[in-house]
Amino acid sequence: MKPAILSPKAWAGVLAAIIVMAVLVPVLNLLVPESSVFHLGDFTVSLLGKILCYAICALAMDLIWGYTGILSLGHGLFFALGGYAMGMYLMRQIGRDGQYKSDMPDFMVFLNWKEFPWHWALSDSFVAQMLFVLLVPGLLAFVFGFFAFRSRIKGVYFSIITQALTFAAMLLFFRNETGFGGNNGFTDFKRILDVPVTTPQMRVILCVITGLVLIAFFVMARAIVQSKFGRVLQAIRDAETRVMFTGYNPVSYKLAIWTLSAVMCGVAGALYVPQVGIINPGEMSPAASIEIAIWAAVGGRATLIGPIVGAFFVNGAKSWFTVAFPEFWLYFLGALFIAVTLFLPNGLVGLLRRKKEQRT
Amino acid sequence: MTPDLMEQGAERLAQYRQKTGTVITQADAVYFGQGVALYVDEISVSFDGFKALNRLSLTIDVGELRCIIGPNGAGKTTMMDCITGKTRPDSGRISFGSNIDVLRMSEPQIAQIGIGRKFQKPTVYEQLSVFENLELALKADRGVRAALFHRLSGEQLDRIAEVLLLIHLKDEAQRTAGLLSHGQKQWLEIGMLLMQDPKLLLLDEPVAGMTDEETERTAELFLTLEGQHSLVVVEHDMKFVDQLTQGRKKVTVLHEGSVLAEGLLSDVQANEKVVEVYLGR
Repeated sequence: MKPAILSPKAWAGVLAAIIVMAVLVPVLNLLVPESSVFHLGDFTVSLLGKILCYAICALAMDLIWGYTGILSLGHGLFFALGGYAMGMYLMRQIGRDGQYKSDMPDFMVFLNWKEFPWHWALSDSFVAQMLFVLLVPGLLAFVFGFFAFRSRIKGVYFSIITQALTFAAMLLFFRNETGFGGNNGFTDFKRILDVPVTTPQMRVILCVITGLVLIAFFVMARAIVQSKFGRVLQAIRDAETRVMFTGYNPVSYKLAIWTLSAVMCGVAGALYVPQVGIINPGEMSPAASIEIAIWAAVGGRATLIGPIVGAFFVNGAKSWFTVAFPEFWLYFLGALFIAVTLFLPNGLVGLLRRKKEQRT
Repeated sequence: MTPDLMEQGAERLAQYRQKTGTVITQADAVYFGQGVALYVDEISVSFDGFKALNRLSLTIDVGELRCIIGPNGAGKTTMMDCITGKTRPDSGRISFGSNIDVLRMSEPQIAQIGIGRKFQKPTVYEQLSVFENLELALKADRGVRAALFHRLSGEQLDRIAEVLLLIHLKDEAQRTAGLLSHGQKQWLEIGMLLMQDPKLLLLDEPVAGMTDEETERTAELFLTLEGQHSLVVVEHDMKFVDQLTQGRKKVTVLHEGSVLAEGLLSDVQANEKVVEVYLGR
């Protein structure tokens, strides 16, 4: 007696998504001539890649907020840490092609540093840095979560502490002495694995990888929420004391999903940085973390697909609005959030499901 | 019981645990050799000078069904909080069987060794189905890894079906628990307790908000459980208490945090002190 991870129809959807990402996007961008109406512009590809990264964050948020009822306002921190781990490697890949023609990254030359700080020791190894993409956000989340959950910090208190955590980290990363390029962060990337990173081909490859990672995470998240583990998470959300008096220790359950969620955000950050070509402490700003929660809320919490839809909807609207009416974007975002909270407690996906139920 | 009083209790408990560290005890290790399921020995709890429990002592035998009555604020819920690990008493001892010191364990550990508790307000997992509510309560490994790869066996399915029948929710198995009536939620919570197969059940006002018919069926259910489990029922509804005790079982009256009287319901009701407490001077 175990429910299927996805219905046959949903599996078909996953397959379609894989085909779109792995075949359609590269073909339409690279092979279809620019004059054709079917051509997918470079701008669209890079926008798509970016939003796919955001969608991974929104999915991670759904696991911890939608299913477990723990609102994190610090997920931008894990995203940024993954991004920085990738950024360090990309900085080393610049080699001597920087402004100062030195082995050291430009900002270190500028600061007159003669050798790499200790935390850059493994930065020229791709494998090591990819491990850090997983380990650094994971370890930080584990340690923070262990103390917070063991002390039974809940609800709005937990949210505020996560917000403070990302803010403190931002201030730390702003400092030049921290060794992460201060407020400029890392940029001017040239290569990844010795292959030029700014070519159209690389742009498509990174976009496709991001899309496939998102799909894989989606299936994994689906398997998790369909398991008994996922039902315990929802039980914690609905009645945590009952869970405790049934003999479960909520701390280990919360810690597991919290850490997983942070690692997912770290991966999203690592995929994001080579695509947008920059990482700076701005990604750790409180507003960046709050936006992740907005994507999840707009799309529909505890639906998995909803937050992905929400990330696309809000960021699609953002890229259109900031061109058409640049002054009004923040008003629109605010109004959207209020409207969703008041009228669509289950988000866009909840609205669609309700419509569907009414019809049948 | 006011929320901030409960929070104070929880806080004190957390401090105590940090000092002593928690001790993990195996469920099988409970020893009922002397025929006693629960010893409560002179426990006191005070919140900011207010004595919620005052040297309360109580003994529950194996298989016994004991009703506890008392006016509001007598300490009934605080007593249950102490037994289940939610509040740490200032002094006294609580032991499960003759060998397990309950005060050294956390709430989940206490639940695992076989003490189940039903809250005053029905608490079920509103977004999950009735079936899933019972499945989560099913006695099984409570670890994260076990939960990730858990599959229900045929026996476990049978057990769930059996309890569904017992709590009259067989037709509602796939319904979302939040949509049940108040009385049905009470039943579901009782069902969840039974899934845990506890040796001792603490039931805080189990028939609050139930119709007369539901109350009667609940009494019948509890009477069938008597003997296999020890039950402690806190209740205001005297008719229900009468149904449970059948004129031959002991009733305990709590007042101002300690035992005021103990005996048959009819005797207790005739007791002058008890009448005074209930009716006021």
